[in-house]
Amino acid sequence: MKEKVLTEHFGLENLYKIDVYQKQGGYRATEKALKKMKPEEILDEVKKANLRGRGGAGFPAGVKWSFVPDTDKPKYLCVNADEGEPGTFKDRYIMSHNPHMLLEGIIITSFCVGIHVAFIYIRGEYEAIALRLEQAISEAYAKGFLGKNILESGFDLDVFVHRGAGAYICGEETALLESLEGKRGNPRLKPPFPASVGLWQCPTVINNVETISNISHIILNGAEWFVKKGLPKDGGTRIFSVSGMVKNPGIYELPLGTSLKDIIFKHAGGMKGGKKLKAVIPGGMSAPILTADEINIKMDFDSLVEANSMLGSAAIIVIDDKTSILDVLKVVTKFYSHESCGQCTPCRIGNSWINKIVKRIADGKGKKEDIDSILRLASNIEGNTLCPLGDAAAMPILSITKKFRKELESHL
Amino acid sequence: MSLEFSEKAKKKIAEIVARYPQKEAALLPVLHVTQREFGFISAVQEKMVARVLGIKPIRVRELVTFYTMLSRQSLGKYHIQVCTNLSCSLLGAGNFVDYLVEKLGIKPGETTPDKKFTLSTVECLGACERAPCMMINFNYYGDMDPKKVDEILDGLK
Repeated sequence: MKEKVLTEHFGLENLYKIDVYQKQGGYRATEKALKKMKPEEILDEVKKANLRGRGGAGFPAGVKWSFVPDTDKPKYLCVNADEGEPGTFKDRYIMSHNPHMLLEGIIITSFCVGIHVAFIYIRGEYEAIALRLEQAISEAYAKGFLGKNILESGFDLDVFVHRGAGAYICGEETALLESLEGKRGNPRLKPPFPASVGLWQCPTVINNVETISNISHIILNGAEWFVKKGLPKDGGTRIFSVSGMVKNPGIYELPLGTSLKDIIFKHAGGMKGGKKLKAVIPGGMSAPILTADEINIKMDFDSLVEANSMLGSAAIIVIDDKTSILDVLKVVTKFYSHESCGQCTPCRIGNSWINKIVKRIADGKGKKEDIDSILRLASNIEGNTLCPLGDAAAMPILSITKKFRKELESHL
Repeated sequence: MSLEFSEKAKKKIAEIVARYPQKEAALLPVLHVTQREFGFISAVQEKMVARVLGIKPIRVRELVTFYTMLSRQSLGKYHIQVCTNLSCSLLGAGNFVDYLVEKLGIKPGETTPDKKFTLSTVECLGACERAPCMMINFNYYGDMDPKKVDEILDGLK
């Protein structure tokens, strides 16, 4: 059985062009879905595939779609291509190598949910990729896969690329909606959830690039096949972004449940420059840190929750023993204090205080009570904010401070 | 400097506005066009954008002060943005920034007197496999070291 699903043809020259993509069987899934399947059959298949969200939260995509109410209001699809979680770069690869795979997913998802306008919200820095997507979209219009009466099915769909402008918070789904509406990216209070009240108060499906890119494969090969590629409750493969002190940083598409140790030492070639492993962040910066002796772990949503961490965006950041954990904490706390949108006091003030304390320690002016202050402040952020950024900040800060307390205290 | 949008920009703005059921949604994309056109977005540009979209200037300022890619000051011809987030820091982004500070004679956030370069440090650019990485305007450069950056900067006119 072939291992790879999403990245299988990435080595192919000009795969981003529609002719090359079609030669590899591209747009067959769209034809199958629009000509031979009913929307409810598609929904059923995606639900059975147990495709969980690849952006970070891991919510089952099919279940999310089924929350969209039957209504006369327009419905929208927003593809989250904001990819801001530090350590994550997989969506950049998908969009630059195979934009049509994403478009197919968008078409099938929209057909399934009854959506006629889709937006791809892409981070502003990815300008070249936004242009590539726009090129792919115009190719798809020209071939009749987008626009009016697609493949004579009577189904209409328009797709637009919307560029962000530098704000981590806009990867949070309700902040993304605010941003798309032309506002600051301040997250909304949930509920109501976007599936019922989203973009312009209309029902809106929001899925990550990688999630949507799996759809055409599920339609072509079936839910059973997809589940076999991963785990019963967590179907398919995952694209791991591996960076930091490894020999071969890059993307690795592997079955869900692959061991973290194997990803680092087999697939990514082990430690760079003969250095020793100190710690790993397994799911993007927001995931609680794992120490070197905690890496015998399966990389799937449930296994990482059991280990008090999270799979998140599946971005693995490898830290070596020559790196001071204080330097790591400095980068982490600077990031969250910078990226807090400022709406919730615990996150806005808490993160900036923590960052000031960490900087003070790094300047050699730390006080005895500083470590406990960091823990107290971070605990006061956790669970006390509108959106997950608060928790996303507290989790790494708490885990780093607790697991490396001795090393941090040596700086006092 | 002209205080009108060029014909090309006007056409682009009309195209953008047509995509959305509500005009206000065009604000962020129109600000990208504005920044490209004028190099920065000051109070004058804020008013121009507000007029085009039929909204209050304060709505424009709300965005300009929120999104880090929008600049209220004029930038150098080449905007060097070095990632100092975790993966890049692990692989020497700190030393790399120090090198640029010395080479250009400016600190992060500053522009050279000849207006050629602006240096900024930024959060994760999403190119961690090529750490340390940077952007010059919208071009990505990875696996940076002093020798490579010398070659790149020397090649910029």
